[in-house]
Amino acid sequence: MQLLKGKLNINFMGKRRIAIILSGILLTIALTALITRGLNFGIDFTGGTLIEAGYPQAVELEPIRATLAASGFDGAQVQHFGSSREVLIRIAPQANKESAQLSDEVVAGLRQQNAGVEMRRIEFVGPQVGEELTEQGALAMIYALIGILIYIMVRFQWRFAPGAVIALVHDVMIIIGVFALFQFDFDLTVLAALLAVIGYSLNDTIVVFDRIRENFRKMRKGTAVEIVNTSLNQTISRTLMTSITTLLVLTSLFVFGGEVIHSFSLALILGVVVGTYSSIYVASTATLALGVSKSDLMPAKVENKEGDGSMV
Amino acid sequence: MINQYPLWKYLLLVFALVIGAIYALPNVYGEDPALQISGSRNAAIDATAKGKVISALQAADIAVKATEMKPGQLLVRFNDTEAQLKAVDFVKSALGTDYIIALNLAPATPAWLEKANALPMYLGLDLRGGVHFLMEVDMKAAAEQAIERYSNDIRTLLRDERIRYASIRAEQQAVRVMFRSEADREQSRKLLKKELPLLVLEDIDTENPGLQARLDEQEIRDIEKFALQQNILTLRNRVNELGVAEPVIVQQGAHRIVVQLPGVQDTVEAKRILGATATLEYRAVDYEHDVQTAVAGTVPAGSRLYKDRDGNPVLLKKAVIVTGDQIINASSGLDQQTGGPQVSVMLDAKGARSMLNFTKKSVGKPMAVVFIENKSETKLVDGVPVKSNKRVEEVISVATIRDVFSKRFQTTGLDSPQEAHELALLLRSGALAAPINIVEERTIGPSLGKDNIEQGFKSVVIGFLAVLVFMALYYKVFGLVADMALALNLVLIVAVLSLLQATLTMPGIAGIVLTVGMAVDANVLIFERIREELRNGNSPQASIQAGYEKALSTIADANITTLIAAVVLLSYGTGAIKGFAVTLAIGIVTSMFTAILGTRAVINLIYGGRRIARLSI
Repeated sequence: MQLLKGKLNINFMGKRRIAIILSGILLTIALTALITRGLNFGIDFTGGTLIEAGYPQAVELEPIRATLAASGFDGAQVQHFGSSREVLIRIAPQANKESAQLSDEVVAGLRQQNAGVEMRRIEFVGPQVGEELTEQGALAMIYALIGILIYIMVRFQWRFAPGAVIALVHDVMIIIGVFALFQFDFDLTVLAALLAVIGYSLNDTIVVFDRIRENFRKMRKGTAVEIVNTSLNQTISRTLMTSITTLLVLTSLFVFGGEVIHSFSLALILGVVVGTYSSIYVASTATLALGVSKSDLMPAKVENKEGDGSMV
Repeated sequence: MINQYPLWKYLLLVFALVIGAIYALPNVYGEDPALQISGSRNAAIDATAKGKVISALQAADIAVKATEMKPGQLLVRFNDTEAQLKAVDFVKSALGTDYIIALNLAPATPAWLEKANALPMYLGLDLRGGVHFLMEVDMKAAAEQAIERYSNDIRTLLRDERIRYASIRAEQQAVRVMFRSEADREQSRKLLKKELPLLVLEDIDTENPGLQARLDEQEIRDIEKFALQQNILTLRNRVNELGVAEPVIVQQGAHRIVVQLPGVQDTVEAKRILGATATLEYRAVDYEHDVQTAVAGTVPAGSRLYKDRDGNPVLLKKAVIVTGDQIINASSGLDQQTGGPQVSVMLDAKGARSMLNFTKKSVGKPMAVVFIENKSETKLVDGVPVKSNKRVEEVISVATIRDVFSKRFQTTGLDSPQEAHELALLLRSGALAAPINIVEERTIGPSLGKDNIEQGFKSVVIGFLAVLVFMALYYKVFGLVADMALALNLVLIVAVLSLLQATLTMPGIAGIVLTVGMAVDANVLIFERIREELRNGNSPQASIQAGYEKALSTIADANITTLIAAVVLLSYGTGAIKGFAVTLAIGIVTSMFTAILGTRAVINLIYGGRRIARLSI
């Protein structure tokens, strides 16, 4: 079985203008959503209290809201979570309440309202811890990008590095944009997913770059655009295959993995889709735009360490 | 010969397979809900205790799966969590408060595997249920407490030396002492330098001469370190009372403590016990009256009857000499003259003063330390377990006063260094600790933990099967070989996680799932290369050779970059993310091994060393 039969000759780079426009539109939407709506940060980042309560039967939300309001938590967000028997309650950090005592009060209130309630999950994050997590998260993202940038500069050529990083920023921005647009929960696991997406999307990009480098050295004629095109055609089956297998497991995670990692698997699914697209169009286009040429990659100047195998 | 592997590579693979299988195996057996009962000083784990437990459980009609005696510990296994939870209360009421009874999930690993140190994966709180607290020690308050103590010390010193001062004020960072004359200031500067060398003295020159005494950097660091350690110690003691089988209490950063209590459900109760404070009191022993008469019922006025840790009666005076919050430090060590174990105690100024007053008139007489704690107790009322709180007062040490002393003194004549260590620990836990606040709390109920495990397991299995089927359909024989590698990869991930006893969390499971999807990438790269070589008209053998060779550097590049992301995640270090990073990193490494070496070995076995017309790819 083969997805794409025989020798392919798709003119990927010929359509790069369309791709630039498409990416431009997507990024504009993402940025607009991020600016106008912002991210729906989970309590990991904002601080606050989150309680997941399970009931023996389906419950209405109104009485629960009323109970909470009566206990002085009128700002509480109450929603069903997964099924109508589970309820998720979110309370913003309260200035005048002694930190962890708040969750005790809420639990007491809920028990009084319905004795059958079971506390499935209680999370409290102090505002300061939230701030630190946000800061560390942003730093982690930057460190990952810098580490990868350096690696590519060392292994390839400097012109490839910005292409790869632009592709990564592109992917991350679009995922964040989707989360902002639909106001999905953005919690710590989503941050982990974003970092995994960076790893994954880069994986794709590197495979393409590897081929581009190999072909620049091997093909005697052909413009840079033609060489990039050939490389993309040679790697497209692999790119699609890996995306499919990864999407298979991620779909399994999304469908069967439960509510807790919904956001996480969603971010990864988005990341795989966008990452596949970006490694074909964004990374290569950016590298071309930076004017990569044959002389940059000829092994004469640089000491050739591992390219020998491909010179056959 | 092309495409043949040396024997050692096969042996290496078989070795990895066997070791992987052995260490992954304990996970198949699962865990039993169990009660872990440990003894204490006056409650030994012996046949009698075991008998009590078994008869209590029989009376309550709770089925026991197995019991195991270990040194200092009795493990009772049950068939289900329900029986376990029901059993706790009955066992508690049968054994009383001297035993520590903890809920536990005991691995049902067969003995021969346990001998090989093979244990199941360590499940995180989100999978087994439990409480996670992040506590922050209020270091500002710790420094303020120290300043407060110093200001008392300075006041006492100046008074004792009859140096006149206008005022002594403890401020947030320093003690301000104002004098009426320059001479007084100079005199006290000398005195303070000698007596309190850790303070940094600075002149204040307003209308009147003054001195500002503040803590130097080192002293502040020491205070913070001590405050943290003291809180960790206190928390350990409290957690024992909660009955948690595998508590985690560790320092995180300079000011924080992580407390993880697997299996604990009642957070309100947990917070109450963790927050409770033990206190202690130094009291004079009433040696004028007979203890036995007091035991018989006539306790003299002004005295009270106590018990020591072995249950013997002790008669003490009601008047308290020094209380626990006046203790600054207590540490165990060896007596320099006799070489015997001893405990050194340091009191603050107020405590020192009353100790001095007391010892002046009491040389040669005994003095006792009473340890006071609030404990919860379970009793059977009409066959139903009822919890109540009890104040436990216990004499932990009786010693004869050898000399007059105040601020610093030693307790000697202890039986063993172990006993000295324990006494120092108790003295410190009674001392006034810097306050701690809960800055993060995560509680996972048992039902959610169970759901998480089930859902995580299900998504791994379904995702895994989907990839297996897809690969087999797409790459035929080569796909099946990749499937074998994938299966081995999964076994190896589980084995490494079990071996490292790294914590498996829900995001960790997600990491495994993701690895399963991405691990085939290496094989996809190789197989696509082989197809390409075949299309270019190369022979099957040469195509296999070239496919593996050419794909290698690409695979390495791709995996190293993912590994960079995983390592950054690891160093980011927060629970949920760390769990994901650990499995991702392990998965990348094991998948490189299985997808390259593993598949090549099998492909070589199938196709290598002979003439073949076509490949099933």
